[in-house]
Amino acid sequence: MQEPRDEAELAEAIAGLTEPVEIRGGGSRLGLGRPVQAGATLSTAGLSGVKLYEPGALTLVAGAGTPLAEIEALLAAEKQRLAFEPMDHRPLLGAGGEPTIGGVTACNVSGPRRVQSGACRDALLGVRFVDGTGQVLRNGGRVMKNVTGYDLVKLLAGSWGTLGVLTELAFKLAPAPEAAATLTLRGLSDAEALGAMTAALGSPYDVSGAAHLPGAEPRTLIRVEGLGPSVAYRTGRLARLLGKFGPVETEDDPASVAAEWAGVRDVTAFADRPGAVWRVSLRPSDAPGFVAGLGEDAAPEAALYDWGGGLVWLLAPETDAAAAAIRAAAARLKGHATLVRAAAPYRAAAGAFQPEAPALAALSEGVRAKFDPRGLLNPGRMRG
Amino acid sequence: MDMPAANADILARRDAIVARLAEALPEDALISDPRQTRAYDCDALSIYSCPPLAVTLPRTTEEVATVLRICSDEGVPVIPRGSGTGLTGGALPTADAVVLGVARMNAVLETDYDNRLIRVQTGRTNLSVTGAVEADGWFYAPDPSSQLACAIAGNIAMNSGGAHCLKYGVTTNNLLGVTFVTMAGEIMEIGGPAMDAAGYDLLGLICGSEGQLGVVTEATLRILPKPEGARPILIAYDSAVTAGACVSDIIRAGVLPVAIEFMDKPIIHLTEAFVGAGYPMDAEALLIVEVEGSKAEIDDQLARIKAIAQRHNPTTLRESASEAQSKAIWAGRKAAFGATGQVADYLCMDGTIPTSALPETLGRMTELASDYGLRVANVFHAGDGNLHPLIMFDANDPEELRKAEALGAEILLLCVEQGGCLTGEHGVGVEKRDLMGRQYGQADLEAQMAMKDVFDPAWLLNPAKVFPLDMRNGRRV
Repeated sequence: MQEPRDEAELAEAIAGLTEPVEIRGGGSRLGLGRPVQAGATLSTAGLSGVKLYEPGALTLVAGAGTPLAEIEALLAAEKQRLAFEPMDHRPLLGAGGEPTIGGVTACNVSGPRRVQSGACRDALLGVRFVDGTGQVLRNGGRVMKNVTGYDLVKLLAGSWGTLGVLTELAFKLAPAPEAAATLTLRGLSDAEALGAMTAALGSPYDVSGAAHLPGAEPRTLIRVEGLGPSVAYRTGRLARLLGKFGPVETEDDPASVAAEWAGVRDVTAFADRPGAVWRVSLRPSDAPGFVAGLGEDAAPEAALYDWGGGLVWLLAPETDAAAAAIRAAAARLKGHATLVRAAAPYRAAAGAFQPEAPALAALSEGVRAKFDPRGLLNPGRMRG
Repeated sequence: MDMPAANADILARRDAIVARLAEALPEDALISDPRQTRAYDCDALSIYSCPPLAVTLPRTTEEVATVLRICSDEGVPVIPRGSGTGLTGGALPTADAVVLGVARMNAVLETDYDNRLIRVQTGRTNLSVTGAVEADGWFYAPDPSSQLACAIAGNIAMNSGGAHCLKYGVTTNNLLGVTFVTMAGEIMEIGGPAMDAAGYDLLGLICGSEGQLGVVTEATLRILPKPEGARPILIAYDSAVTAGACVSDIIRAGVLPVAIEFMDKPIIHLTEAFVGAGYPMDAEALLIVEVEGSKAEIDDQLARIKAIAQRHNPTTLRESASEAQSKAIWAGRKAAFGATGQVADYLCMDGTIPTSALPETLGRMTELASDYGLRVANVFHAGDGNLHPLIMFDANDPEELRKAEALGAEILLLCVEQGGCLTGEHGVGVEKRDLMGRQYGQADLEAQMAMKDVFDPAWLLNPAKVFPLDMRNGRRV
């Protein structure tokens, strides 16, 4: 494994590549996507360290190899945080390793707060990266508003290491809330839960999480965060608004609220259960019908709704028929299904990502060919 | 500012090209009489203008595709146009180009409150998107100051912002999907009703690409429930440095206002003479900080902001207690451009700086202005560092225009030097095209231009914008 110590060494290493490489950050998400067809590994662990942190400007710049935990601790000390609440994939994948900010960005990893504050790509202000030919490139910057030229920042976020190797990232930060609360409704059907989440998200009470955990004892969760008096007020209002769906319980102990939502974020409910895990993104109101209509072949053993229904997690049989049925149903609803956890051969065969329409796939292929003309960076990760 | 010479071969084929467009389009969708195309000779950067070959005003995505297919086939450049309110010449025609305006495509296609989205044709104006959902308690967040007139198409092309970005983000953060037509005339859907899409983030690439990758005819936009209320506080200081420190402290305290606007002394005096908002004339710097929520939430936030402001010894502190007082506090800020336009012609700059660099940047800008013997007034979004220096000059004096443009360029380069960028929300267009090499290296620009090679290999869409003519490595021109 090559582990360059800085950006220049990384650029040199990539320029000198003669065979495909798998890009590795902290190694906690290597099980995502299709298995990479590469004999060598290139690590960004050496590109670690916070380069700039200005709390008064809500701005952070860090090397791609910087551990996420280091960044989160630094921000917490100033009562700030990354707004997009990146998921920790380790429990679900049963993986070890140390998540890095580069890995978070390469996979555009976001969490329940997506409904309020956007995804990783929305908080990303600037990137430095090395393309597949070994050129050091940069795009965006460190300021919050920037329309200077084309936005390659968004393109690099969620490109899974196939357009370039990220070396440095600039993020817009958010204040950490003074208070937080979870409102819980029990026993709702999926359709009723969707109604409750929709009502909460359609209210002016600035909901920062809306999830539904079906099962023997279904729970529907709504989160509010912010200044103390504000959270108290909005919790009261939401409890009244949601009263028509059943009795509403309120939890405002910070540790309990944080633990509850970390569980939603990391889909820990599926962590120790066998089966393929899918992540389906679709129009929220289509979600219950999507899950109910999957049919015998793909009938999920369990489902979990986040993003007010816009994100559905499925625990499904690891069969070709299930994969085909889930993909087809997602496509019919203009959504898309990503295979997040499964045995490597299954991921290789089924593909991790929903195929794009042919015209879009051609554009994407064109984009990839420009950044990595030799096809050496993470080949196979996104497409076979 | 140089524009490439018109392609003589295209000019020679003008009648044939117009005839072909006429045959394919409804009669009223094509304008070729130069007297009638005059309204399309320029956008809001009206110091530059050029009559186009013809203007097309399609009503459907299919008609847009038809225009693009014909122009692609004929090798004719196309200038996409929304409402023409852009400030950087992003819709400036060339003599050999066909303008493709989407202004007639202004329908609401779908309103879906349950999923918090609206789908519109992109000729619809920004404000009328909010207008379509307002009565039901919803709004569309990005609010560029031209929102009464500017089209969603142009908002997407320039990734427009507004005063409330600190909380709600800019266009790209509120755009879910588009119907997109390539220069070859191929219609595709990118993104949609879901919160993300499979594959590379092509939607993110298209947003802000200044109409050079394709034409967006329909857009799915995120809408939000209207907050229960909003109220501003006005805070004045005797120095810009102190005002900057106050902004930083407010942000650090964990209060996230929806807007923090900054006005300097020249603009305070100009607007006061124009609308009489009752601003303090002794102030060197004035902040308008707005927060949202219920009455109690607003009271709590304003109390915190007031406490922070007071630590810096404000010369004036005025909290709004009513709708009328809120209006008065905003009146001067909203009239800033109009007030400046009353006393002089002006160029509106649009650089962004890290907020920590505010005091130094303002000081250096004042020195630069005095070197050039020109007046500059400053109004900007302090929360996100997006500056709008207004450079005043006399447009009838070519030497003053030259000086104003040179000063503008120096101010933008100052922003870059301070760790910021050339443009925060107006776009590059032709105005800042030749400064791009100061923000980015050749390789960085090559990577961007490579994207245009993928989407528009013949470089026919919106030519001579964004990239310096001499840095294109022989791509068209």
